[in-house]
Amino acid sequence: MISRLGRWAGGVLEELGRVAVFAGRIVTVTFRPPLRAREFLDELFKAGVLSLLIICVSGLAVGMVLGLQGYNTLVRFGAANSLGAVVGLSLIREMGPVLTALLVTGRAGSAITAEIGAMKATEQLDGLRMMAVDPIDYVIRPKAWAMLVAMPLLSAMFIVTGIVGGYFVGVGLMGIDGGTFVSSLQNAVDFHDDVAGSILKSVIFGTLVGLISTYRGYTATPTSAGVSAATTSTVVLASVLVLIFDYFITALWGV
Amino acid sequence: MEGSPTRDFFLGLFVLAGLMALAYMSFSIGGLQYKGTGGLAVFATFDQIAGLKPKAPVEIAGVKVGLVKSIRLDDTYRARVDLDLDKELKLPVDSSAAIVTAGILGDRYIQLTPGAEETYLKAGEQISYTESALVMERLIGKFLVNVQDKSQSKTEQPKADNP
Repeated sequence: MISRLGRWAGGVLEELGRVAVFAGRIVTVTFRPPLRAREFLDELFKAGVLSLLIICVSGLAVGMVLGLQGYNTLVRFGAANSLGAVVGLSLIREMGPVLTALLVTGRAGSAITAEIGAMKATEQLDGLRMMAVDPIDYVIRPKAWAMLVAMPLLSAMFIVTGIVGGYFVGVGLMGIDGGTFVSSLQNAVDFHDDVAGSILKSVIFGTLVGLISTYRGYTATPTSAGVSAATTSTVVLASVLVLIFDYFITALWGV
Repeated sequence: MEGSPTRDFFLGLFVLAGLMALAYMSFSIGGLQYKGTGGLAVFATFDQIAGLKPKAPVEIAGVKVGLVKSIRLDDTYRARVDLDLDKELKLPVDSSAAIVTAGILGDRYIQLTPGAEETYLKAGEQISYTESALVMERLIGKFLVNVQDKSQSKTEQPKADNP
């Protein structure tokens, strides 16, 4: 029993070490020319532009439901005028970065793992190595960086569409004054306390999701079942880690 | 899809929209100032600030003219509140500052009432006339004490007369 626990802990440590080495390899090739801007832009298109619709729709829906729930709760205390602050703060501090990370994990992270896994299963990665092209440089680096760059942008769009949704419900349906909504939002939100933390969170989540999805694809067992298992494990692991990291970022830096 | 003009267009649009969303979040909602802090720095001391917080707005006639920069205790155990006001603002030396509440339970902010003097406050000077915050609990306490005193002085009266 105890020795099994020990073996398990050893396995986890070993895996962490491998991830760290993998991350180190991505970082060391980052500024090595050629910079592969073309591949990076392709990946940014896939991770960013193709996730845009789901992000905006989800943002709008989340903002609207926050507006509705917030209104119903606040109106009991006669504080419905603070709806802008409630919607804005919850979106900026929590909902925006976290939900964006979860959605992007499902939408783009899984695709990255599946793509790299399939390349591995069909021996394309070995083919690249045969041509003296480092797959980490050519395949992994653009994907990981695209994820890191796309995440804050998507999160910001999620937040802004969410605020629009909250405004629509609060002002359009519930009849709060539009100016009150916006001024309560602007008074409550501070750049250093809230917005900077939100950007920091989405950058960390972007790094996390990019790293996990590429690592899982790169280390996938080169079979159909292996690729599918790797994709599943990307979604599960990245989602759980995003939520856990979210707690610790909030606890440590208070954002 | 490799590097097609349509894809580049959408990619550009995406990055632009993302940056605009970030900028809106930072500047419009977050109130990030890019002009730097070169405002008119004055201070005022109060007996009681009752929940006034840094970054609370400072208003004249309902118009926001600055914000509370910091709050600390001075040597005489009064609250010293440093204000950061608009640089262009000309505030007469006999202006007064009051801590008021937006609504009955709302946030505290500082209301300035300009005086009539011809000379204006300079950076680092003090707004000498101040009015402290009303503390709701203390008001309720006074009210209850009054009610009690009255009811004790008029013991003959039936209890139903008291609120």
